[in-house]
Amino acid sequence: MKILLEIKDLWVEVEGKEVLKGINLTLPVGQTHIIFGRNGSGKTTLLMTIMGFPSYRIKHGKIYFKGEDITNLPPYERAKKGIGIMFQRPPTIKGVKLRDILKLCAKENNIKIEELAQTFQFEKFLDRELNKGFSGGELKKSELLQLLVQNPDLVLLDEPESGVDVENIQLIGKMIKKLLQKDTPHKPRNKSGLIITHTGFILQYVAADLGYVIMDGEIYCKGNPVEIFEGIQKYGYEGCKKCLKRFSW
Amino acid sequence: MKKETINLKKFKSAKETSKPKDLSELTEEEKERLKLLGLDEKLKREGEYVQIDATPLLCRKKIEGLEIFPITEVFKKYDFISDYYWKAVSSEKDEFTKAVAEDLDNGYFIRVLPGYKLVYPVQTCLYIRTENIAQKVHNIVIVEEGAELNLITSCSVHPHIGSALHIGVSEFYVKKGGKLTFSMIHVWGEKTDVRPRTGIIVEEGGTYISTYVSLFPVRNIQTAPVCRLLGKDAKASFISIIANYPGSYVNIGGEVHLEAEETKTEIISRNVVYGGENIARGKIIAKAPKVKGHLECQGLMLSDEGIMRAIPELDSHFYDVELTHEAAVGKIAQEEVEYLMARGLSEDEATSLIVKGFLTVKIEGIPPALQAQIDKTLELAKLGF
Repeated sequence: MKILLEIKDLWVEVEGKEVLKGINLTLPVGQTHIIFGRNGSGKTTLLMTIMGFPSYRIKHGKIYFKGEDITNLPPYERAKKGIGIMFQRPPTIKGVKLRDILKLCAKENNIKIEELAQTFQFEKFLDRELNKGFSGGELKKSELLQLLVQNPDLVLLDEPESGVDVENIQLIGKMIKKLLQKDTPHKPRNKSGLIITHTGFILQYVAADLGYVIMDGEIYCKGNPVEIFEGIQKYGYEGCKKCLKRFSW
Repeated sequence: MKKETINLKKFKSAKETSKPKDLSELTEEEKERLKLLGLDEKLKREGEYVQIDATPLLCRKKIEGLEIFPITEVFKKYDFISDYYWKAVSSEKDEFTKAVAEDLDNGYFIRVLPGYKLVYPVQTCLYIRTENIAQKVHNIVIVEEGAELNLITSCSVHPHIGSALHIGVSEFYVKKGGKLTFSMIHVWGEKTDVRPRTGIIVEEGGTYISTYVSLFPVRNIQTAPVCRLLGKDAKASFISIIANYPGSYVNIGGEVHLEAEETKTEIISRNVVYGGENIARGKIIAKAPKVKGHLECQGLMLSDEGIMRAIPELDSHFYDVELTHEAAVGKIAQEEVEYLMARGLSEDEATSLIVKGFLTVKIEGIPPALQAQIDKTLELAKLGF
């Protein structure tokens, strides 16, 4: 199995506080992994560190992407190499239209922006200022549209279902499936995904190959994502802690 | 010496320069610069006026209902000019207006006859080609009842000259129900001093929209147009889009007098400060009840070397008025830069895009050709770090 992303003993500090404490993770090409965790458990820090944002300071450990050590690369170099991120709360950028960003994301990718936006009923937003006055669902669509145009090999999704109403969640699930090539199940996949969630509801729309639970900056559990989610629903994250006491690994 | 002060004596008269016969005598580089300002043969326009130093080189109109002349010709042609000449700006206002009154080089006179609504813009260009001269112009624009005019003025200097001074007195009259969209796109030089002195009078139901774009370095510019809204329902908008560079002193004001009921105004400025000193002033004076005015000034600081001052002022002489202002000065949000970096833009590209976005003001009522010209100028200006 070809490995796309490998994280080895990653320790990360944010504003002087140790948030990630020795994360190990391996994501093969074509697979989607999902990380469950409470707010403040370190999930977002993990995604931001993989993307390379400077305020997430790596104290120890390595990140390999396509076999190359990217631990010290800036975010735009990582983006060029094929990593893309969907932000949970993207900022508004005044005076810059969604269309402008999509053109920049497309670079040499020959993607018909108008058509793609129409597919997801989002063409009316192309000439609006990026994220200005967008609802929760619209923010997610805008993010996913940018990623579809950017076409990364590794997609990092930060709470993709948060703030989305029932009507929109299906469409968002559809967009994620397209992004991860899950809309064509019979074809071999080369896109991989890393999804973080605290509610886990996204699993109803996007299947994952492997699940993890992250608590206090450490990965506590690894296994079948549906079973993990059912366990969390039944016993909460407290249950994970007790479970760990019994089946420590 | 105060930054507002300029020693007029050190400049030569623009009349003493050698006079080119026509535009073909300009170098390719100069032609390119004028093209950048929108003086492009491919662009549709209703008329044009080009003055180089003190000499009008091109003055033509393409349609009926429009008059364009060098102002010195109008003094002989129209007696009524005395009703407009020095009526919106006082010749005694300051040393610069006095200098123009004493020794006028030239300038343009543009009039749109009643009821004529011009589709394409009229373009004027005031160009300084000779080192160390003072170009002193006086412009008068009259938009008669129910008429409409989009006027684009481009001012620039020769790409390689040193010191120069431009003094431009402009008097604009918008008659009942008329509309004047006046836009200045400037490419001055790092050693140019600029003193526009502008007065605007708008009658009942008339509209005046002014857009000032200066995205290239200038040494010293100070201007504060005064607009009087004399008739009911008259409106005025002032928008300035400024990039301020190290060594530049840019002091742009705007003063609107709401002198009749139901008059409205807005003064909006966007300033990006890479260095130098930037002053954004705005003043709205309510001299009648039931008027509305809004001032908005936003500054983006990209350096610790520069100074930005936002000075909004609201005066009211009546209780039944609505005057508001908002001003904000700050830095680029790191969160926005990082967001764009995650989409593959370098830090410099991300900053440049955010700055362009910040300077993109949606201006109601301006013609698409002008918006395109502003967008083009934004593209060409180097707005990163």
